[in-house]
Amino acid sequence: MKLFKNLFDSLRPPFEKGGKFEKLWPLLDGFETFMFVPGHSTKKGAHIRDGIDLKRTMITVVIALVPCLLFGMWNVGHQHFLAVGQDAELMEKFIYGAIKVLPLVIVSYGVGLGVEFIFCIKNGHSIQEGFLVSGMLIPLIMPVEVPLWMVAIATAFAVVFGKEVFGGTGMNILNPALTARAFLFFAYPTKMSGNSVWVATDGMATVDGFTGATALGNAVEKGMAGVPPYMDSIMGWIPGSIGETSVIAILIGAGVLIYSGIGSWRIMLSMLIGGYVMGMIFNAWEANAYMQIPAHHQLMLGGFFFGMVFMATDPVSASQTATGKWIYGFFCGLLGILIRVVNPAYPEGIMMAILFMNVMAPLIDHYVIQANINKRLKRAKVAA
Amino acid sequence: MAEVATVEKEPLFSKKNRQLLKDPLDDQNPITVQVLGICSALAITTQVKNAVVMTLSVMFVMMAGNVIISILRNRIPDRIRIIVQLVVVAALVILVDQVLKAFVYDVSKQLSVFVGLIITNCIIMGRLEAFALANKPWPSLLDGFGNAIGYGWVLVIVAVVRELFGSGKLFGIELLGNATAKTGLYSIGYMNNNMIILPPMALILVGIIIWIQRARNTQLIESH
Repeated sequence: MKLFKNLFDSLRPPFEKGGKFEKLWPLLDGFETFMFVPGHSTKKGAHIRDGIDLKRTMITVVIALVPCLLFGMWNVGHQHFLAVGQDAELMEKFIYGAIKVLPLVIVSYGVGLGVEFIFCIKNGHSIQEGFLVSGMLIPLIMPVEVPLWMVAIATAFAVVFGKEVFGGTGMNILNPALTARAFLFFAYPTKMSGNSVWVATDGMATVDGFTGATALGNAVEKGMAGVPPYMDSIMGWIPGSIGETSVIAILIGAGVLIYSGIGSWRIMLSMLIGGYVMGMIFNAWEANAYMQIPAHHQLMLGGFFFGMVFMATDPVSASQTATGKWIYGFFCGLLGILIRVVNPAYPEGIMMAILFMNVMAPLIDHYVIQANINKRLKRAKVAA
Repeated sequence: MAEVATVEKEPLFSKKNRQLLKDPLDDQNPITVQVLGICSALAITTQVKNAVVMTLSVMFVMMAGNVIISILRNRIPDRIRIIVQLVVVAALVILVDQVLKAFVYDVSKQLSVFVGLIITNCIIMGRLEAFALANKPWPSLLDGFGNAIGYGWVLVIVAVVRELFGSGKLFGIELLGNATAKTGLYSIGYMNNNMIILPPMALILVGIIIWIQRARNTQLIESH
C-alpha cells in the first residue's frame, strides 16, 4: 500500500489548484479514493463520519451482483450449447459466456464512466461513484445478443438524461440502469424482445424444437404449458436477460445487501407481497392461459426478482420514508405483474413498473410526511 | 402634425425594429424561452418537410394576423378583442389549410389536424395580444416574422435530428441507406431509432436545445 500512497503523493502536485492539470483533478481524486479513505474532513455540521462512504456502498452492491454475473456467464454458455445441441463441460460453457458477456460489461463501464468523467471535469465536481453499480447492472439486464453500439448509446443516454441533467449522482429521479434498458426497448425493439436475441447461437444450426423465446414470451402464447418447471425457474437455467434468470444467485446478492444494510428489506418484502397479491388476483380471474400461471411461479419468471433486489431498492430513486417504502414496493410488484400479464407486448412489466414508481416516489414521501405532520399537529392541539 | 412627421421619418430597420427581429431568435424565443407552441413542435417534427411547411404556415398566419389586428387596433372594443383575434386567425388558418390541400396534399394529410390547430397556437394569440394590439402595422409585421423564424429554427433542428436518426432520411432522401434493403450504413448493422419518432424524444430534443442555449446565454438562467 505504501507504494501506491507514494505514487499518488508524487503524482498530486500538478493536479492541485494552480497546477498544470488543475482541470483533471477529479480524475486523480477519483482514482485515489478508490485506494484510500479520503483524508479531508467535513467543514461544518456533523463531524462524525461513517467508514462506509459512497464508494464502499457502491462496491458492496457490485459484490452482491457478482453471483448473478457469474451465473449469467455460465447460463449464456449453457443456453448456447443447448440450442446448438452440443455437450460441453462447465468451464467450456463459462468461458463461452464470459466471451459474450465481458464486452457488454466493458462497453457499459467505458461509456458510462467516460461520460461521467467529462461532466465532472467540466463542472469541477469530484467524481461520484454512482455509476459503479449502474455500469454493472446495465449488462446484466440486456439480452446476450444485443449489439454493443446499442449498449453504448443507451448507456450514454441513461447517464446524461437519467442522471446528469438532474445534477448527477444522488439527484436522479429515475434508475439509470433501467433508463438505459427502457431506452433500448423503445428505440430498438427488435433487438430487445422477440425470439432471436436471448440465446447466442453464432448463426449455427439449432436443434429441433428450439425457439429461443424467454419463459415470459412462451407464457403469453401457451400459458402454463410454455413455462419451464418450477425448479428450473428458480435455478435459472432458462433463456432470459443475462443476470436476471437465477433466483438463487439473486437471493445471495439480496442477502449481502440486507446484511450490510444497503438494500432495503422493506422494499424487497413489500414488492414480493405486491407481486404475489396481483398473481393471486389473476389466478382467481383466469381470463386467459397467462393468468392461470400460479402466483408463486409467476414471480420466479422474468426480471421480477432482479428488479426487486437490485432495481427497486436503489436508495436514490426509491421512497425514503419507512412507510413510503412499503407503499412503493407494494405497487412496484403489483403494477409489474399487472403490466406483464395484461399487456403481453411489454413482457418487461417490472421495468415499467419500477420506472413508474420511481417517478411516484417523491409524491409518496410527501404524503407520508404530511400525514405524520398532521398527526402530530392533532396531538399538539389535544394537549393544549 | 409635426409630431406625426417625425415618427414617419423613423427608418424601416431602425435599431428598435431590428431588435424585434432578433429577440425571438434567442433571448425571447417562443419555444425555448417562453415555452409556447410545444404541442405542434412535438407532433409534426418527424419529417423536415413537414416542419418547414408548418413553419411557413405559421409565419403567414402570424404576419398577416399581426398586421390585420394592428390596423384594427384602435377600432376593436377591448371587451371582445379575443373574439376578434380568433376570427382573424381562424380565417387565415382556413386560407392556409385550403392552399396546402390544393398544392401539397400529401404534406397536408400528414400534418392533419395540426394545421387547424394553428388557431390555438399560443405563440400567435400571444403576439396578437402582447404586440399587435399596441403597435403599428410595420413593427407588427416584423414581430410576426421574427417570432415565426424563432419558432421555425427550433422546429427544423428537432425535425432534422428526428428524421435523420428515426428514419435515416432528410427531406425524404435516404442518406443512410435503405433500411429494408439493408444498404449503406444498414448493411453493417445500423438500425433506425424508433424512440426518436415517439413524441417524448422530441421533448427531450427541445430540452437539449434549451440546455445548450442557456449554457451559451447565461442571462436566461433563472436565479433560484
